[in-house]
Amino acid sequence: MMYLLDILLISLTAALINNFVLYYFVGICPFVGVSRKVEMAFGMGCAVTFVISIAALISWSITTMVLIPGAPVSSFIAGFFLPEQAAAKIDLTVLSYIVYIFAIASSVQFVEMYVRKYFPMLYGSFGVFLPLITTNCAILFACLTIMSHVTGVDNPADAWDLGRAIALAFFGGVGFTIAIVIMSGIREELELADIPEPFQGAAITLIIGGILAIAFMGFTGVDSGIRDALMPPVEKQVSTIISPQADILSNPSTFAALDILSHVRRP
Amino acid sequence: MADSPTPFERFVQGILPENPVYRQLLGLCPTLAVTNGMKPALTMACSVGFVLLCANIVISLIRNLLKPHLRIVIFTLTIATFVTIADRFLAAYFFQMSKTLGPYIPLIIVNCIIICRCEVCASKQGVVTAASDAIGQALGFGLALSSIAAVREILGTGMLFGIRVLPDAWPDWVIMVLPPGAFITLGLLLGCVNWIGILKARRSAK
Repeated sequence: MMYLLDILLISLTAALINNFVLYYFVGICPFVGVSRKVEMAFGMGCAVTFVISIAALISWSITTMVLIPGAPVSSFIAGFFLPEQAAAKIDLTVLSYIVYIFAIASSVQFVEMYVRKYFPMLYGSFGVFLPLITTNCAILFACLTIMSHVTGVDNPADAWDLGRAIALAFFGGVGFTIAIVIMSGIREELELADIPEPFQGAAITLIIGGILAIAFMGFTGVDSGIRDALMPPVEKQVSTIISPQADILSNPSTFAALDILSHVRRP
Repeated sequence: MADSPTPFERFVQGILPENPVYRQLLGLCPTLAVTNGMKPALTMACSVGFVLLCANIVISLIRNLLKPHLRIVIFTLTIATFVTIADRFLAAYFFQMSKTLGPYIPLIIVNCIIICRCEVCASKQGVVTAASDAIGQALGFGLALSSIAAVREILGTGMLFGIRVLPDAWPDWVIMVLPPGAFITLGLLLGCVNWIGILKARRSAK
Protein backbone atom coordinates (compact mmCIF):
# COMPACT_ATOMS: atom_id res chain seq x y z
CA MET A 1 0.00 0.00 0.00
CA MET A 2 2.75 2.39 1.01
CA TYR A 3 4.70 1.45 -2.10
CA LEU A 4 1.73 1.87 -4.44
CA LEU A 5 0.93 5.22 -2.92
CA ASP A 6 4.53 6.25 -3.41
CA ILE A 7 4.40 5.26 -7.07
CA LEU A 8 1.10 7.12 -7.51
CA LEU A 9 2.53 10.28 -5.98
CA ILE A 10 5.74 10.10 -8.00
CA SER A 11 3.74 9.64 -11.21
CA LEU A 12 1.33 12.45 -10.45
CA THR A 13 4.14 14.80 -9.49
CA ALA A 14 6.15 14.02 -12.62
CA ALA A 15 3.22 14.29 -15.03
CA LEU A 16 1.26 17.26 -13.71
CA ILE A 17 2.49 19.05 -10.61
CA ASN A 18 6.15 19.44 -11.53
CA ASN A 19 5.65 19.05 -15.27
CA PHE A 20 9.00 18.57 -17.02
CA VAL A 21 8.40 21.31 -19.56
CA LEU A 22 6.40 23.87 -17.64
CA TYR A 23 8.08 23.55 -14.24
CA TYR A 24 11.63 22.31 -14.83
CA PHE A 25 12.02 23.83 -18.33
CA VAL A 26 13.59 20.73 -19.83
CA GLY A 27 12.74 19.85 -23.42
CA ILE A 28 11.95 23.44 -24.36
CA CYS A 29 13.60 23.14 -27.77
CA PRO A 30 11.06 20.64 -29.21
CA PHE A 31 8.34 22.47 -27.27
CA VAL A 32 9.08 25.60 -29.31
CA GLY A 33 10.25 23.86 -32.48
CA VAL A 34 8.03 20.84 -33.15
CA SER A 35 4.73 22.05 -31.72
CA ARG A 36 3.14 23.24 -34.98
CA LYS A 37 0.83 20.30 -35.74
CA VAL A 38 -1.01 18.12 -33.22
CA GLU A 39 -0.04 14.83 -34.92
CA MET A 40 3.63 15.76 -35.02
CA ALA A 41 3.57 16.88 -31.41
CA PHE A 42 1.91 13.63 -30.35
CA GLY A 43 4.47 11.58 -32.30
CA MET A 44 7.29 13.49 -30.66
CA GLY A 45 5.71 12.99 -27.24
CA CYS A 46 5.37 9.23 -27.78
CA ALA A 47 8.96 8.95 -28.96
CA VAL A 48 10.22 10.86 -25.92
CA THR A 49 8.12 8.76 -23.52
CA PHE A 50 9.42 5.58 -25.11
CA VAL A 51 13.09 6.57 -25.03
CA ILE A 52 12.91 8.15 -21.59
CA SER A 53 11.58 4.90 -20.06
CA ILE A 54 14.36 2.86 -21.66
CA ALA A 55 16.97 5.42 -20.62
CA ALA A 56 15.64 5.29 -17.05
CA LEU A 57 15.93 1.50 -17.04
CA ILE A 58 19.51 1.64 -18.31
CA SER A 59 20.67 4.50 -16.12
CA TRP A 60 19.11 3.03 -12.97
CA SER A 61 20.80 -0.31 -13.67
CA ILE A 62 24.19 1.27 -14.38
CA THR A 63 23.99 3.50 -11.33
CA THR A 64 23.08 0.68 -8.94
CA MET A 65 25.25 -2.02 -10.48
CA VAL A 66 28.38 -0.09 -11.41
CA LEU A 67 28.65 3.50 -10.26
CA ILE A 68 27.76 3.76 -6.57
CA PRO A 69 30.28 2.75 -3.90
CA GLY A 70 30.00 -0.96 -3.15
CA ALA A 71 28.12 -1.71 -6.36
CA PRO A 72 28.37 -5.38 -7.38
CA VAL A 73 30.11 -5.04 -10.74
CA SER A 74 32.70 -2.41 -9.88
CA SER A 75 33.71 -4.05 -6.60
CA PHE A 76 33.91 -7.45 -8.30
CA ILE A 77 36.26 -6.16 -10.99
CA ALA A 78 38.32 -4.12 -8.54
CA GLY A 79 38.57 -7.20 -6.34
CA PHE A 80 41.17 -8.61 -8.72
CA PHE A 81 43.57 -5.72 -8.08
CA LEU A 82 42.74 -4.40 -4.63
CA PRO A 83 42.11 -5.76 -1.16
CA GLU A 84 38.43 -6.43 -0.52
CA GLN A 85 37.77 -3.43 1.72
CA ALA A 86 39.26 -0.96 -0.73
CA ALA A 87 37.35 -2.57 -3.59
CA ALA A 88 34.02 -2.03 -1.82
CA LYS A 89 34.73 1.70 -1.55
CA ILE A 90 35.30 2.41 -5.23
CA ASP A 91 33.13 5.38 -6.17
CA LEU A 92 32.59 5.94 -9.87
CA THR A 93 29.79 8.51 -9.59
CA VAL A 94 32.13 11.19 -10.98
CA LEU A 95 31.86 9.41 -14.32
CA SER A 96 28.07 9.44 -14.25
CA TYR A 97 27.50 12.27 -16.77
CA ILE A 98 29.75 10.73 -19.40
CA VAL A 99 28.21 7.31 -18.86
CA TYR A 100 24.64 8.61 -19.05
CA ILE A 101 25.08 10.60 -22.21
CA PHE A 102 26.79 7.62 -23.83
CA ALA A 103 24.01 5.29 -22.67
CA ILE A 104 21.33 7.64 -24.00
CA ALA A 105 22.99 8.10 -27.37
CA SER A 106 23.53 4.40 -27.90
CA SER A 107 20.09 3.38 -26.66
CA VAL A 108 18.50 5.85 -29.07
CA GLN A 109 20.48 4.23 -31.90
CA PHE A 110 19.38 0.75 -30.80
CA VAL A 111 15.75 1.72 -30.41
CA GLU A 112 15.77 3.27 -33.85
CA MET A 113 17.19 0.15 -35.51
CA TYR A 114 14.90 -2.18 -33.58
CA VAL A 115 11.75 -0.21 -34.30
CA ARG A 116 12.64 0.17 -37.95
CA LYS A 117 13.12 -3.60 -38.36
CA TYR A 118 10.23 -4.98 -36.32
CA PHE A 119 7.60 -2.22 -36.14
CA PRO A 120 7.64 -0.38 -39.48
CA MET A 121 4.23 1.16 -38.73
CA LEU A 122 5.48 2.65 -35.49
CA TYR A 123 8.65 3.80 -37.21
CA GLY A 124 6.58 5.65 -39.78
CA SER A 125 4.73 7.55 -37.08
CA PHE A 126 7.59 8.65 -34.84
CA GLY A 127 10.83 7.36 -36.31
CA VAL A 128 11.90 10.70 -37.71
CA PHE A 129 12.01 12.21 -34.23
CA LEU A 130 14.28 9.55 -32.74
CA PRO A 131 17.68 11.02 -33.72
CA LEU A 132 16.60 14.44 -32.44
CA ILE A 133 15.91 12.99 -29.02
CA THR A 134 19.55 12.33 -28.13
CA THR A 135 20.03 15.99 -27.34
CA ASN A 136 16.68 16.38 -25.60
CA CYS A 137 17.38 17.58 -22.08
CA ALA A 138 14.31 15.78 -20.68
CA ILE A 139 15.99 12.39 -21.03
CA LEU A 140 19.20 13.38 -19.29
CA PHE A 141 17.18 15.24 -16.67
CA ALA A 142 15.22 12.08 -15.81
CA CYS A 143 18.48 10.11 -15.51
CA LEU A 144 19.96 12.77 -13.22
CA THR A 145 16.86 12.90 -11.02
CA ILE A 146 16.96 9.14 -10.64
CA MET A 147 20.66 9.30 -9.83
CA SER A 148 20.11 11.93 -7.16
CA HIS A 149 17.51 9.66 -5.55
CA VAL A 150 19.83 6.66 -5.64
CA THR A 151 23.11 8.24 -4.52
CA GLY A 152 22.10 11.42 -2.76
CA VAL A 153 20.07 9.84 0.05
CA ASP A 154 21.32 9.70 3.63
CA ASN A 155 19.50 6.51 4.53
CA PRO A 156 20.17 3.59 2.11
CA ALA A 157 16.59 2.38 2.62
CA ASP A 158 15.29 5.57 0.95
CA ALA A 159 17.12 4.85 -2.30
CA TRP A 160 14.76 4.42 -5.22
CA ASP A 161 14.14 1.01 -6.70
CA LEU A 162 13.55 0.28 -10.37
CA GLY A 163 9.76 0.66 -10.13
CA ARG A 164 9.99 4.22 -8.83
CA ALA A 165 12.62 5.12 -11.40
CA ILE A 166 10.50 3.87 -14.30
CA ALA A 167 7.39 5.55 -12.89
CA LEU A 168 9.16 8.89 -12.74
CA ALA A 169 10.54 8.58 -16.26
CA PHE A 170 7.40 7.24 -17.93
CA PHE A 171 5.07 9.79 -16.37
CA GLY A 172 7.60 12.53 -16.97
CA GLY A 173 7.32 11.61 -20.63
CA VAL A 174 3.52 11.59 -20.36
CA GLY A 175 3.67 15.08 -18.86
CA PHE A 176 5.89 16.21 -21.73
CA THR A 177 3.36 14.79 -24.21
CA ILE A 178 0.46 16.53 -22.45
CA ALA A 179 2.25 19.88 -22.50
CA ILE A 180 3.41 19.69 -26.12
CA VAL A 181 0.01 18.48 -27.42
CA ILE A 182 -1.86 21.28 -25.61
CA MET A 183 0.66 23.74 -27.01
CA SER A 184 0.32 22.49 -30.58
CA GLY A 185 -3.47 22.64 -30.33
CA ILE A 186 -3.23 26.27 -29.29
CA ARG A 187 -0.72 27.01 -32.05
CA GLU A 188 -2.97 25.55 -34.74
CA GLU A 189 -5.65 28.03 -33.70
CA LEU A 190 -3.06 30.77 -33.41
CA GLU A 191 -2.33 30.64 -37.13
CA LEU A 192 -5.68 32.34 -37.69
CA ALA A 193 -4.94 35.08 -35.15
CA ASP A 194 -3.53 38.48 -35.96
CA ILE A 195 -0.27 38.64 -34.01
CA PRO A 196 2.01 41.70 -34.14
CA GLU A 197 4.91 41.00 -36.46
CA PRO A 198 7.79 40.94 -33.91
CA PHE A 199 5.95 38.43 -31.72
CA GLN A 200 5.22 35.87 -34.40
CA GLY A 201 6.83 32.47 -33.95
CA ALA A 202 8.88 31.77 -30.84
CA ALA A 203 7.96 34.88 -28.82
CA ILE A 204 4.21 34.23 -28.73
CA THR A 205 4.86 30.51 -28.08
CA LEU A 206 6.88 31.37 -25.00
CA ILE A 207 4.25 33.78 -23.69
CA ILE A 208 1.54 31.14 -24.15
CA GLY A 209 3.86 28.68 -22.43
CA GLY A 210 3.92 31.08 -19.49
CA ILE A 211 0.14 31.16 -19.33
CA LEU A 212 0.05 27.36 -19.49
CA ALA A 213 2.58 27.23 -16.67
CA ILE A 214 0.29 29.43 -14.58
CA ALA A 215 -2.52 26.96 -15.27
CA PHE A 216 -0.33 24.02 -14.23
CA MET A 217 0.57 25.84 -11.00
CA GLY A 218 -3.00 25.07 -10.01
CA PHE A 219 -1.93 21.47 -9.38
CA THR A 220 0.42 22.56 -6.57
CA GLY A 221 -0.48 20.83 -3.33
CA VAL A 222 -2.49 18.00 -4.90
CA ASP A 223 0.24 15.55 -3.88
CA SER A 224 0.29 16.50 -0.21
CA GLY A 225 -3.53 16.45 -0.19
CA ILE A 226 -3.61 12.89 -1.52
CA ARG A 227 -0.89 11.85 0.88
CA ASP A 228 -2.72 13.27 3.86
CA ALA A 229 -5.95 11.62 2.77
CA LEU A 230 -4.56 8.15 2.10
CA MET A 231 -1.65 7.72 4.45
CA PRO A 232 -2.05 6.80 8.12
CA PRO A 233 -1.17 9.90 10.17
CA VAL A 234 1.90 8.37 11.85
CA GLU A 235 3.80 7.88 8.63
CA LYS A 236 3.19 11.36 7.29
CA GLN A 237 6.81 12.48 7.45
CA VAL A 238 7.91 9.80 4.96
CA SER A 239 8.19 11.34 1.54
CA THR A 240 10.04 10.45 -1.61
CA ILE A 241 8.44 12.88 -4.00
CA ILE A 242 10.80 14.37 -6.55
CA SER A 243 12.54 17.18 -4.72
CA PRO A 244 9.58 18.97 -3.08
CA GLN A 245 11.28 22.34 -2.86
CA ALA A 246 14.64 21.70 -4.42
CA ASP A 247 16.36 23.06 -7.50
CA ILE A 248 14.89 26.34 -8.64
CA LEU A 249 12.89 26.71 -5.49
CA SER A 250 15.89 26.58 -3.18
CA ASN A 251 16.53 30.21 -4.06
CA PRO A 252 15.59 32.11 -0.89
CA SER A 253 13.56 34.71 -2.78
CA THR A 254 11.39 31.98 -4.25
CA PHE A 255 10.86 30.53 -0.82
CA ALA A 256 9.53 33.89 0.29
CA ALA A 257 7.35 33.96 -2.80
CA LEU A 258 5.86 30.56 -2.07
CA ASP A 259 5.28 31.63 1.49
CA ILE A 260 3.29 34.63 0.27
CA LEU A 261 1.34 32.45 -2.14
CA SER A 262 0.38 30.01 0.57
CA HIS A 263 -0.93 32.89 2.66
CA VAL A 264 -2.93 34.26 -0.23
CA ARG A 265 -4.54 30.93 -0.93
CA ARG A 266 -5.56 30.33 2.68
CA PRO A 267 -9.19 31.38 3.25
CA MET B 1 40.92 29.55 -46.51
CA ALA B 2 41.03 33.05 -47.96
CA ASP B 3 37.50 34.02 -47.00
CA SER B 4 37.40 32.36 -43.59
CA PRO B 5 36.29 34.77 -40.86
CA THR B 6 38.96 36.47 -38.77
CA PRO B 7 39.07 35.75 -35.03
CA PHE B 8 37.90 39.26 -34.18
CA GLU B 9 34.96 39.01 -36.57
CA ARG B 10 33.77 35.78 -34.93
CA PHE B 11 34.15 37.40 -31.51
CA VAL B 12 31.98 40.40 -32.38
CA GLN B 13 29.39 38.31 -34.25
CA GLY B 14 28.72 36.18 -31.20
CA ILE B 15 27.78 39.01 -28.85
CA LEU B 16 24.84 40.69 -30.59
CA PRO B 17 24.36 39.92 -34.32
CA GLU B 18 24.36 36.15 -33.71
CA ASN B 19 23.32 36.16 -30.07
CA PRO B 20 22.74 32.51 -29.13
CA VAL B 21 19.53 33.13 -27.18
CA TYR B 22 17.77 35.97 -28.94
CA ARG B 23 18.86 35.30 -32.52
CA GLN B 24 19.41 31.55 -32.71
CA LEU B 25 16.99 30.41 -29.96
CA LEU B 26 19.55 27.96 -28.59
CA GLY B 27 20.07 26.86 -25.02
CA LEU B 28 16.64 27.82 -23.80
CA CYS B 29 16.54 25.37 -20.87
CA PRO B 30 19.16 27.12 -18.69
CA THR B 31 17.97 30.49 -19.96
CA LEU B 32 14.56 29.89 -18.43
CA ALA B 33 15.54 27.80 -15.43
CA VAL B 34 18.30 29.71 -13.66
CA THR B 35 17.32 33.31 -14.34
CA ASN B 36 15.31 33.98 -11.19
CA GLY B 37 18.30 35.85 -9.78
CA MET B 38 21.44 37.53 -11.08
CA LYS B 39 23.87 35.33 -9.11
CA PRO B 40 22.73 31.93 -10.43
CA ALA B 41 22.44 33.42 -13.93
CA LEU B 42 26.03 34.69 -13.90
CA THR B 43 27.35 31.42 -12.45
CA MET B 44 25.56 29.55 -15.20
CA ALA B 45 26.95 31.88 -17.87
CA CYS B 46 30.49 31.38 -16.53
CA SER B 47 30.13 27.59 -16.47
CA VAL B 48 28.77 27.53 -20.01
CA GLY B 49 31.57 29.86 -21.11
CA PHE B 50 34.22 27.61 -19.59
CA VAL B 51 32.81 24.47 -21.17
CA LEU B 52 32.28 26.19 -24.52
CA LEU B 53 35.85 27.53 -24.62
CA CYS B 54 37.50 24.25 -23.63
CA ALA B 55 35.32 22.13 -25.92
CA ASN B 56 35.88 24.47 -28.87
CA ILE B 57 39.66 24.42 -28.39
CA VAL B 58 39.83 20.63 -28.09
CA ILE B 59 37.51 20.01 -31.04
CA SER B 60 39.43 22.50 -33.14
CA LEU B 61 42.72 20.73 -32.31
CA ILE B 62 41.40 17.31 -33.30
CA ARG B 63 39.30 18.49 -36.24
CA ASN B 64 41.42 16.68 -38.82
CA LEU B 65 41.00 13.34 -37.06
CA LEU B 66 37.18 13.48 -36.85
CA LYS B 67 35.17 10.94 -38.82
CA PRO B 68 31.87 12.39 -40.08
CA HIS B 69 29.56 9.71 -38.67
CA LEU B 70 31.20 9.72 -35.23
CA ARG B 71 31.60 13.44 -34.74
CA ILE B 72 28.44 14.07 -32.68
CA VAL B 73 29.45 11.34 -30.23
CA ILE B 74 32.94 12.82 -29.92
CA PHE B 75 31.47 16.30 -29.36
CA THR B 76 29.14 15.05 -26.64
CA LEU B 77 31.81 13.07 -24.83
CA THR B 78 34.25 16.01 -24.92
CA ILE B 79 31.57 18.32 -23.57
CA ALA B 80 30.57 15.82 -20.87
CA THR B 81 34.18 15.66 -19.66
CA PHE B 82 34.43 19.42 -19.24
CA VAL B 83 30.99 19.63 -17.66
CA THR B 84 32.10 17.10 -15.07
CA ILE B 85 35.12 19.29 -14.29
CA ALA B 86 32.94 22.40 -13.98
CA ASP B 87 30.42 20.55 -11.82
CA ARG B 88 33.07 19.19 -9.41
CA PHE B 89 34.68 22.64 -9.23
CA LEU B 90 31.39 24.31 -8.29
CA ALA B 91 30.59 21.61 -5.76
CA ALA B 92 34.00 22.08 -4.14
CA TYR B 93 34.21 25.88 -3.98
CA PHE B 94 30.63 27.19 -4.32
CA PHE B 95 28.62 24.49 -2.62
CA GLN B 96 25.50 26.60 -2.02
CA MET B 97 25.43 27.79 -5.61
CA SER B 98 25.90 24.25 -6.87
CA LYS B 99 22.89 23.17 -4.77
CA THR B 100 20.80 26.03 -6.18
CA LEU B 101 21.66 25.22 -9.78
CA GLY B 102 21.06 21.53 -9.12
CA PRO B 103 20.63 19.44 -12.28
CA TYR B 104 21.06 22.38 -14.64
CA ILE B 105 24.88 22.21 -14.50
CA PRO B 106 24.98 18.61 -15.82
CA LEU B 107 22.31 19.61 -18.34
CA ILE B 108 24.93 21.85 -20.01
CA ILE B 109 25.99 18.62 -21.76
CA VAL B 110 22.88 18.70 -23.93
CA ASN B 111 22.93 22.49 -24.29
CA CYS B 112 22.48 23.09 -27.99
CA ILE B 113 24.73 26.19 -28.03
CA ILE B 114 27.88 24.18 -27.41
CA ILE B 115 27.10 21.37 -29.84
CA CYS B 116 26.10 23.96 -32.45
CA ARG B 117 29.35 25.94 -32.04
CA CYS B 118 31.45 22.75 -32.20
CA GLU B 119 29.64 21.70 -35.36
CA VAL B 120 29.51 25.07 -37.13
CA CYS B 121 32.79 26.65 -36.10
CA ALA B 122 35.30 24.58 -34.15
CA SER B 123 35.31 21.57 -36.45
CA LYS B 124 36.17 23.80 -39.43
CA GLN B 125 38.37 26.63 -38.10
CA GLY B 126 41.74 27.00 -36.43
CA VAL B 127 42.30 27.19 -32.69
CA VAL B 128 42.45 30.98 -32.40
CA THR B 129 39.27 31.53 -34.39
CA ALA B 130 37.46 28.78 -32.48
CA ALA B 131 38.54 30.20 -29.12
CA SER B 132 37.49 33.76 -29.95
CA ASP B 133 34.21 32.46 -31.33
CA ALA B 134 33.62 30.62 -28.05
CA ILE B 135 34.37 33.73 -25.99
CA GLY B 136 32.05 35.84 -28.16
CA GLN B 137 29.21 33.35 -27.93
CA ALA B 138 29.73 32.96 -24.19
CA LEU B 139 29.56 36.74 -23.73
CA GLY B 140 26.40 36.86 -25.81
CA PHE B 141 24.87 34.09 -23.74
CA GLY B 142 25.88 35.86 -20.51
CA LEU B 143 24.36 39.09 -21.78
CA ALA B 144 21.08 37.37 -22.61
CA LEU B 145 20.94 35.54 -19.28
CA SER B 146 21.69 38.64 -17.26
CA SER B 147 19.14 40.75 -19.14
CA ILE B 148 16.40 38.23 -18.36
CA ALA B 149 17.60 37.72 -14.79
CA ALA B 150 17.72 41.47 -14.15
CA VAL B 151 14.12 41.95 -15.29
CA ARG B 152 12.88 38.98 -13.29
CA GLU B 153 14.78 39.75 -10.10
CA ILE B 154 13.92 43.46 -10.07
CA LEU B 155 10.22 42.95 -10.77
CA GLY B 156 9.90 39.81 -8.68
CA THR B 157 11.71 40.82 -5.51
CA GLY B 158 12.57 44.51 -5.96
CA MET B 159 16.24 43.60 -5.58
CA LEU B 160 19.32 43.24 -7.78
CA PHE B 161 22.17 41.00 -6.56
CA GLY B 162 20.25 40.90 -3.26
CA ILE B 163 20.44 44.69 -2.86
CA ARG B 164 17.16 46.59 -2.78
CA VAL B 165 16.79 48.86 -5.84
CA LEU B 166 13.05 49.57 -5.84
CA PRO B 167 11.29 51.39 -2.97
CA ASP B 168 9.93 49.28 -0.14
CA ALA B 169 6.39 50.11 -1.25
CA TRP B 170 6.94 48.02 -4.41
CA PRO B 171 4.49 45.10 -4.35
CA ASP B 172 6.73 42.17 -5.36
CA TRP B 173 5.45 40.51 -8.50
CA VAL B 174 5.87 37.01 -7.14
CA ILE B 175 4.95 35.41 -10.46
CA MET B 176 8.13 36.77 -12.05
CA VAL B 177 10.45 34.54 -9.99
CA LEU B 178 8.21 31.49 -10.43
CA PRO B 179 8.36 29.34 -13.60
CA PRO B 180 5.64 31.23 -15.57
CA GLY B 181 7.55 34.49 -15.17
CA ALA B 182 10.49 32.99 -17.04
CA PHE B 183 8.40 32.14 -20.10
CA ILE B 184 6.65 35.49 -20.15
CA THR B 185 9.82 37.55 -19.64
CA LEU B 186 11.75 35.71 -22.35
CA GLY B 187 8.77 35.95 -24.73
CA LEU B 188 8.43 39.70 -24.24
CA LEU B 189 12.18 40.38 -24.48
CA LEU B 190 12.41 38.23 -27.61
CA GLY B 191 9.55 40.23 -29.11
CA CYS B 192 11.35 43.49 -28.27
CA VAL B 193 14.61 42.29 -29.85
CA ASN B 194 12.73 41.22 -32.99
CA TRP B 195 10.97 44.59 -33.08
CA ILE B 196 14.27 46.48 -32.91
CA GLY B 197 15.61 44.26 -35.69
CA ILE B 198 12.57 45.00 -37.88
CA LEU B 199 12.83 48.76 -37.27
CA LYS B 200 16.54 48.69 -38.17
CA ALA B 201 15.88 46.75 -41.35
CA ARG B 202 13.18 49.24 -42.36
CA ARG B 203 15.47 52.20 -41.73
CA SER B 204 18.29 50.74 -43.81
CA ALA B 205 15.83 49.91 -46.62
CA LYS B 206 14.77 53.54 -46.96
